[in-house]
Amino acid sequence: MKIGYKPYFIFLVVTSFFLQSCSDEPVVPNTRGVYMLMDTSGTYTKELRQAQKVINYILSQLGPGDSFAVARVDTGSFSEKDIVAKVTFQDRPSATNQQKRVFREQIDKFVKTVKGSAYTDITGGILQGIEFLNEAETGHNTILIFSDLKEELRKGYKRDIPLSLNQYSVVALNVTKLRSDNVDPKEYLDRLANWRSKVESGGGKWRVINDMARLEKILKQP
Amino acid sequence: MTFNDVFMIVPSSTGLSGALWFVLLTVIFYIARNHAHKGILSFSEAIHNAFRLSARSVKLLRDILIIRNRDVLLAQGREATERIIEREFERIDATVRKDLSEYPALHRHLNEEVTAIDESFKESTDVPPTPPAWVKAVEAVAKIPAAKGDPTVGNILEDIHQSLVKSSTRALEEYRKASSKRHQLLQKMMPHWRNVLKALTQVDKSVNSLLSRSVTIDRLMHDYEDILKGTEKAQRMLSSSSMTQFFIAGFVLAIAVGGAFINFNLIARPMSEMVGGSDMLMGFKTSSVAALVIILVEISLGLFLMESLRITRLFPVIGALNDKMRIKMVWITFIFLFSLAAVEAGLAYMREILMEDSQATLALLSESGGVEVTQNSALWITTAAQMGLGFILPFALTFVAIPLESFIHSMRTVLGTATVALLRSLEWLLRLIGTLVRSFGKIFVHVYDFLIFLPLGIEKLLKKDGGKKPATTSSSHIGGAL
Repeated sequence: MKIGYKPYFIFLVVTSFFLQSCSDEPVVPNTRGVYMLMDTSGTYTKELRQAQKVINYILSQLGPGDSFAVARVDTGSFSEKDIVAKVTFQDRPSATNQQKRVFREQIDKFVKTVKGSAYTDITGGILQGIEFLNEAETGHNTILIFSDLKEELRKGYKRDIPLSLNQYSVVALNVTKLRSDNVDPKEYLDRLANWRSKVESGGGKWRVINDMARLEKILKQP
Repeated sequence: MTFNDVFMIVPSSTGLSGALWFVLLTVIFYIARNHAHKGILSFSEAIHNAFRLSARSVKLLRDILIIRNRDVLLAQGREATERIIEREFERIDATVRKDLSEYPALHRHLNEEVTAIDESFKESTDVPPTPPAWVKAVEAVAKIPAAKGDPTVGNILEDIHQSLVKSSTRALEEYRKASSKRHQLLQKMMPHWRNVLKALTQVDKSVNSLLSRSVTIDRLMHDYEDILKGTEKAQRMLSSSSMTQFFIAGFVLAIAVGGAFINFNLIARPMSEMVGGSDMLMGFKTSSVAALVIILVEISLGLFLMESLRITRLFPVIGALNDKMRIKMVWITFIFLFSLAAVEAGLAYMREILMEDSQATLALLSESGGVEVTQNSALWITTAAQMGLGFILPFALTFVAIPLESFIHSMRTVLGTATVALLRSLEWLLRLIGTLVRSFGKIFVHVYDFLIFLPLGIEKLLKKDGGKKPATTSSSHIGGAL
């Protein structure tokens, strides 16, 4: 009985597809995860209106399947309690729109009632953000820090932990100059350099966006 | 050991080393001259032959392809002409059937009309009035010789005259009445004449239609005979027709692709409400893939519908179905298509709702957040237009089957012609390379001799001084070989 080459060919094709599907290489989902930290310490609370605009812009850019959370930075930010609002958008666009409206209302409410905190625990907030985004299992993750990046920890709080930011983008927004920065600009530059080094040593990508008119750059993957 | 070490035969002098190398190489080249010439020529000839053989193979392939193209072209032309002739015969058949089925009725109608005319004609025959019988008696009385002054005869004649006048007046009146009646009868015949004329005009029209169709069939049969004979004229005609068909069908298909693209945009967004907006399939959004699949299914159904209606002949299986099954298939495909068109209209409506929702959300999230979005009162026009497009486009895409069939059929001819042209170019290229290689072989031989011009010149001088007839050099061999 003569058997043609066709069965072998079909077998090869099917096997290759099967092997490809069983490949160990992880498939990166096409969803986006954004975790935004809002500094609520001292005079920076005045900047929260700007933060609101950023949040609205991000909401308008995210779609079904994406995750978004906004958390406040206070004395101890490594806590779920500091998450002001969080959402993972549903698959249906109409439901997504509804979720966006609710999210916006939550933020509005928070901005109206927020009280300034005595200390600024940014590192704790970043750790909380990593935890949130890891649980959300989104493909492209971004942590936004809306702060002057001046970290002030309460006595006894330890934050000298290496950050695990592989495949993460960390974007510092609206990094305002403090009065002391005006006296010695090196302080400001050192602060930025320290954060860059901290993020990049953890495997993340660091960016600074101070011009709030160019919000389209926020979610752009480097 | 470097190249420099080898080159420097006399370590202190580069020039001397170079001269020594030149002399050495010249001597070696001179000694190996004949073999080198043969080697170069054989090598170039071998490559030339290889290219020539390749060109010949390409030519053979081209000839086979030309014959195959010709066969396919003629077969396609034969099939198309058979189809047209068949359709013409079907039309003639329909005309004849229609007219012949009506012929007994027409015949009876004409008979009735003719009988009615005949009867009317008979009734209207002019009968001359008979002269009164007493006219002869009057003549006899008139011949009586009348005595002068006898009033009796005069009175009699006067009476007779009066009687005659009265009689003639009565006869004239009767005649007039009869004539009027006859005219009425003749007038009644007019509609019958018209009916007959109408019936005959109809017959004339049918006969003329048959005659014009017979002229068309005659022309088609002539073309068909040409195709069967495979004449140049038929081939040229079919080839030109195929090219035209290819470009026209391609143009129409491009328009259809545009229609399909619009259709896709109409349903892709609302599909995300059904299958989700974040799932991906092979790098594409699942909603987009689903929308594309729906459009492709519609096009397939359109193909089946056209096939079942015997407008196209892409699937012989469908064409070979019996009429009952075929009609069933027409209805089934039409119902599916109608359902999908209705679904698309619904999705188009959903799209409008989603867009409004998104716009409202974006307005809320914009810097002027909270500003109420004003509703445009004419928005229903857009919604209705979208729904209409969603419903009509699937049916419009059904007609893609017609240009698609033409495109596929003509593509075979166009591709065949293009391949022949490609093979011709390849053949020319191979021949050119082969010829160039042989020519380069000859040039290399001359370059070789140029490198050893010194010993060759000495050899020539020696041979001249010796007074001998110059021996046949390899150069002359070269010339011969060339």
